[in-house]
Amino acid sequence: NPYAGLVSRLRAAWLSGKTRPMEYRVAQLEALGRFLDEKKQDILEATASDMGKPSFEAYFTEILLCKNELNNTLNNLSHWMKDEHVDKNLVTQLDSAFIRKDPYGVVLIIAPWNYPIHLLLVPLIGAIAAGNCVVVKPSETTKNTERLVAEMLSCYLDNDCFAVVTAGVQETTRLLENKFDYIFFTGAPSVGRIIMTAAAKHLTPVTLELGGKNPCYVSDTCDVQNVAQRVAWGRFFNAGQTCIAPDYVLCSVEMQEKLMPALREAITEFFGSNPRESPDFGRIVGDKQFRRIRALLCSGRVAIGGQTDEKERYIAPTVLADVLPSDPAMQEEIFGPILPIVVVANMDEAIDFINARPRPLAIYAFSCDSKVVTQVLERTSSGGFCGNDTLMHVTLTSLPFGGMGNSGLGMYHGKFTFDTFTHHRGCLHRNMGLEALNALRYPPYTQQKLGLLTATFEIKRKGMCTLL
Amino acid sequence: NPYAGLVSRLRAAWLSGKTRPMEYRVAQLEALGRFLDEKKQDILEATASDMGKPPFEAEFTEIILSRNEIHETLNNLSCWMKDKYTERNLVTWLDSAFIRKDPYGVVLIIAPWNYPIYLLLVPLIGAIAAGNCVVVKPSEMSRNTERLVAEVLPSYLDKDCFAVVTAGVQETTRLLENKFDYIFFTGASSVGRIVMTAAAKHLTPVTLELGGKNPCYVSDTCDVQNVAQRVAWGRFFNAGQTCIAPDYVLCSAEMQEKLLPALRKAISDFYGPNPRDSPDFGRIVGDKHFQRVQALLRSGHVVIGGEMEESERYIAPTVLVDVQPSDPVMQEEIFGPILPIVIVANVDEAIDFINSRERPLVVYAFSSNDKVVNRVLERTSSGGFCGNDTLMHVTLTSLPFGGMGNSGLGMYHGKFTFDTFTHHRGCLHRGMGREILNNPRYPPYTQKKMGLTRAASEVKRKGACTLL
Repeated sequence: NPYAGLVSRLRAAWLSGKTRPMEYRVAQLEALGRFLDEKKQDILEATASDMGKPSFEAYFTEILLCKNELNNTLNNLSHWMKDEHVDKNLVTQLDSAFIRKDPYGVVLIIAPWNYPIHLLLVPLIGAIAAGNCVVVKPSETTKNTERLVAEMLSCYLDNDCFAVVTAGVQETTRLLENKFDYIFFTGAPSVGRIIMTAAAKHLTPVTLELGGKNPCYVSDTCDVQNVAQRVAWGRFFNAGQTCIAPDYVLCSVEMQEKLMPALREAITEFFGSNPRESPDFGRIVGDKQFRRIRALLCSGRVAIGGQTDEKERYIAPTVLADVLPSDPAMQEEIFGPILPIVVVANMDEAIDFINARPRPLAIYAFSCDSKVVTQVLERTSSGGFCGNDTLMHVTLTSLPFGGMGNSGLGMYHGKFTFDTFTHHRGCLHRNMGLEALNALRYPPYTQQKLGLLTATFEIKRKGMCTLL
Repeated sequence: NPYAGLVSRLRAAWLSGKTRPMEYRVAQLEALGRFLDEKKQDILEATASDMGKPPFEAEFTEIILSRNEIHETLNNLSCWMKDKYTERNLVTWLDSAFIRKDPYGVVLIIAPWNYPIYLLLVPLIGAIAAGNCVVVKPSEMSRNTERLVAEVLPSYLDKDCFAVVTAGVQETTRLLENKFDYIFFTGASSVGRIVMTAAAKHLTPVTLELGGKNPCYVSDTCDVQNVAQRVAWGRFFNAGQTCIAPDYVLCSAEMQEKLLPALRKAISDFYGPNPRDSPDFGRIVGDKHFQRVQALLRSGHVVIGGEMEESERYIAPTVLVDVQPSDPVMQEEIFGPILPIVIVANVDEAIDFINSRERPLVVYAFSSNDKVVNRVLERTSSGGFCGNDTLMHVTLTSLPFGGMGNSGLGMYHGKFTFDTFTHHRGCLHRGMGREILNNPRYPPYTQKKMGLTRAASEVKRKGACTLL
């Protein structure tokens, strides 16, 4: 196996204990901060080359949000690392009972192409913070960013304990034959299945951040212009190539009528009369994806946009009206700048529509009536949820971010990333003496011993009063 | 698929929302409490028939520890279920940000035979508490308990939402072809791989409570008699059929000399001169297992015990010395009343021995010197850890219980079981108005907007002062 040497080198580094001290982890994390500062321009240029990512968007998602995660981690690391002392029972009163935060060992992070720095660094930050050795594999689809990460990131990190591997599909399959102590994958559900199957051979725990079609319900009572702006922003950011983008709208036929001009206005305000000339609108990452997304345009009718240019991999911000569940745009995650609108009679029909499909990464619900938002939340299942906006829930490091069912398993961001890459080890440290306390549990067994044991071990139900 | 109808019936019940209200969950949990109270005698008899489990042991593990989990859960359920409000940033200051505790849906629990009620009920308690519908599959190895669970448990629970399935290997394979929203498996590592591979097809998250060889290091500075009692208790409880039993001892040749008479005394104190006559010592669960464990005796030398009686599936409490790493007894988890002693020169050699093998469910270390205990804890990896005792760490519901690597993934007990069966859904509920707060994020992008966006969402590093 071409990677066996690398993995065993990292495993030796892991066993040496090098990644365990807090000072070491802080030094590596600070180095990541310097990478973001010093290579900011390179990152903006690479992502612009790879998918026409506007520099504002690249700065916000690939630099700022990553720095937030770094700073949040550095601010809290000593606290997160500490042993957590827990409640004891009568028998263990004099003992030490705590949860030890142990690293897993050698972990693998596989990153996707759409936010190629953010979705590589945020898991990496948590993995390093938790004390692991890490192999990262950036996406081969974003060639410029892949090259940047492979050539530059290693200069900032300790090469004994961290490695960047560049690999296509075949090599990644070989990489996965090795035993890792944790695998963190972001990408398509179909590949997620392959990853989990490979992980199962070694009983390796996994976090899978996948995708799906994120529904966006718009009720009849809302501020149409605000809704249009917020939905258009979420849909067309990064030319639609966002795992948490609103994938399709569910609304009544009346609301569709009102939304259309509002969306048209939002798109014009954002990107001007010809979005192709706007510096603020991205491009599709590759020819294969361009053709895939273009094919989805034969769904319903094009109400806004619909223009494409294959040379530039440009697809205009597009809204499709009267889309049917059987249309191409409703068969797969769009991952492009196309917003289909599917008409439903009411909220209940929207909820049934959502529940009849695989669980998405996010559900969006827009209504001035809080009860409507709350009902959608309560009666559906999804990775995350945002009422009256799109994308914003993932900018809070205090909220766990992850999928459910087809959209993934596990969660991260903030402390949740640290916890993902940490084994919570239940520990009890008892006294060598005080053997009298243990006598009750030893054979020969007697009723008296059982009675005493019950008294010392039992947890009673609270709040049960007996009327005398 | 023979189980497709059952699973879809439970899925319909799940979608009806029946399992969501707290009152419903409390009622089901209270019913489980009544099951333990009313069927206590049946449980003691069934486990006695299945593996000669002494009623004291059965009452402690299958009844008391299970009831503790029910009470712990009932005492805390309303608190666990509540939305957890989280920190917000400047942009989301006026919004509602919280973690919603959502059930997964329809979950599957596969239980083993060694603690057939306890290891079925504890996950079930958490699954019900978290609001799921549940299919439980008790072990076909412990026939009497399997029949008890299949015939009696359903009458305590709501049959719309909970089902008991009896199945051997073939049927379990068919059961696993169905899509579940979570799978909780306790059993052998080899089967764990099969379960995880099946789960991967549906991207179903799993908890696997597996096994391994739990090392027990005994340093030269200890109270030998106390150590012998605690280790003998952990090894011979349930005739050694305990996933967290000390599997083998690592100690110096000098300590082995001291331990042997102490172990002999402990065994004699516990079970008398002929353990076969003791009502407090169990039997091996089945003929296949009896033969498997018996074959392990051809390792090193038998210095204590070694007697067997096939018709009773009796194997005496046995200690082996001069055991080599290549001996049969060191090739697999023993899961029987045999304690091999392997000589190591010192604690560092013991640590290297442990680290060159699969990660066990638990590591034990005995020393009067706290530093030695801590050294073993710090330089090894395992599911859990106990210093100066065996088994006891799992009786605290406040400590997470789970494996690492070959010994498993995921954790449970107490609130950790509730959390295992809960999807932590990150939620943000924003206002429909106040659009002005969102303007800085919209195109057309400008430097000024970037400055504002950054100020509103950045997380600064604390405590980094600049010398002026």
